[in-house]
Amino acid sequence: MNNEAYNFAYLDEQTKRMIRRALLKAVAIPGYQVPFASREMPMPYGWGTGGVQVSAAILTPDDRLKVIDQGADDTTNAVSIRSFFKRTAGVQTTTATSEATVIQTRHRIPEVPLTEKQTLVYQVPIPEPLRFLEPRESETRKMHSLEEYGLMHVKLYEDIARHGHIATSYAYPVSVEERYIMDPSPIPKFDNPKLSQNAALQLFGAGREQRIYALPPYTKVVSLDFDDHPFEASKANHVCALCGAEHSYLDEVIVDDEGNRMFVCSDTDYCESRRAQGLTGKSAA
Amino acid sequence: MNENDCLLSVKQLEKRYGPHIGCQDVSFDLYPGEVMGIVGESGSGKSTLLNCMAGHLKPDTGEVVFNTRTEGLRDTVTMSEPERRLLSRTDWAFIHQHARDGLRMGVSAGGNVGERMMAVGARHYGDIRRTAEDWLERVEIDTSRIDDRPATFSGGMQQRLQIARNLVTQPRLIFMDEPTGGLDVSVQARLLDLLRSLVRDMNLSVIIVTHDLAVVRLLADRLMVMKSGQVVEQGLTDQVLDDPQHAYTQLLVSSVLHV
Repeated sequence: MNNEAYNFAYLDEQTKRMIRRALLKAVAIPGYQVPFASREMPMPYGWGTGGVQVSAAILTPDDRLKVIDQGADDTTNAVSIRSFFKRTAGVQTTTATSEATVIQTRHRIPEVPLTEKQTLVYQVPIPEPLRFLEPRESETRKMHSLEEYGLMHVKLYEDIARHGHIATSYAYPVSVEERYIMDPSPIPKFDNPKLSQNAALQLFGAGREQRIYALPPYTKVVSLDFDDHPFEASKANHVCALCGAEHSYLDEVIVDDEGNRMFVCSDTDYCESRRAQGLTGKSAA
Repeated sequence: MNENDCLLSVKQLEKRYGPHIGCQDVSFDLYPGEVMGIVGESGSGKSTLLNCMAGHLKPDTGEVVFNTRTEGLRDTVTMSEPERRLLSRTDWAFIHQHARDGLRMGVSAGGNVGERMMAVGARHYGDIRRTAEDWLERVEIDTSRIDDRPATFSGGMQQRLQIARNLVTQPRLIFMDEPTGGLDVSVQARLLDLLRSLVRDMNLSVIIVTHDLAVVRLLADRLMVMKSGQVVEQGLTDQVLDDPQHAYTQLLVSSVLHV
């Protein structure tokens, strides 16, 4: 089978139209989860079927696509999705954040600030922030529509009661424009401040759960907290061992079986471009 | 709001399940600080009536007029759902027979008590925790258990926790559905004691559904006897129990076992 057997970006035009309608609604109501008829994609659920469908619906032949998985451009998930669109849409791809027009991401927001010309597409496993507190979907929808969000703070209360501080470190719930409470997908809470007032359009797709939601550019997003336990965007208290970055989110890498470890930037493009500028950390080889 | 105004006024309430009558032609007034008991055998419509009043079921006809803090008398049946839900987590409380139905079993005792506070806007962890500790003390639960889940509590403790969780926002009207059902007698006695003192201290109005006449004798000022969905007799508790007029009430009173 040759590539001509596929429509541009894999999905047929009617499906893309349906997804775009959902996207428009999502942009019109920031933080609101819009149901959509999620399709079977040629990859398993949990690999980013929601994000792929959103990307497929918004890609144009002129776009330049970047795909990251936990900040990295070179992991299986990122590589396969990038080659999937290269093959089915023939779009150009890149690993440089600033050159991309569409960035599909799993669990990170790039370190380099985004611009108005860029769109960030998130892969979302569980779109409902209240899911583990209230299992009934009918009830959580009602809670969203009536703005009954006391329960979300119960989760944070439990965190403090058990750990002495808010221990939720990823998928940290946020309030969008003082209305909807939203799950920002499992990004580290270090990235939460970047959600707010971001110049780029942010789209969230959950394939298995069949939900799409969005943050239009320059939307106010506030992370939930208590007056006496304010939100803190935390990261590992180290500098990157390769590029010496002090303010980027770090991954901990175990390097041998003697307990040695190193901390490196989770955003590989950010780390590489810093090293290209000649910046080095203590273990740069 | 005038002190003499009634808090809740039920008028001609009726609920049918298809051709079957849930409850029919129920009318009464409840005044602030008053405890109203509803007794009757299983299937007599007590719980249907309670759920209709508390907004869990929609009655077919009739009114449930509640004297709200801000807007005076309002019919809760025709009120919009957001308003009714707000009422049910501020001015109202509902104590379920099984504590598991009224508690969040996966959340600590403190979180359970704090939920209603957070639902009405409390955002200070220290304050929430202090209030939760205070309430655990008031319902005689050791404050060292504040971070334990209700699943580790005994049945009586769970029931007391449910009461604390509901009373923390100072509701004015409490619906109770057989609060002592399923507890052994000594635990029952302690719970009743606690309820009685809370009702007196906080000047609560209560509607309590039970089939246990001893419970209403101890708690209720007034009593309503139901049979087949209808109210067959109502009056002061002691009057009804000591001098029952209706044949069914007579049967009910004479059926109580004396030790």
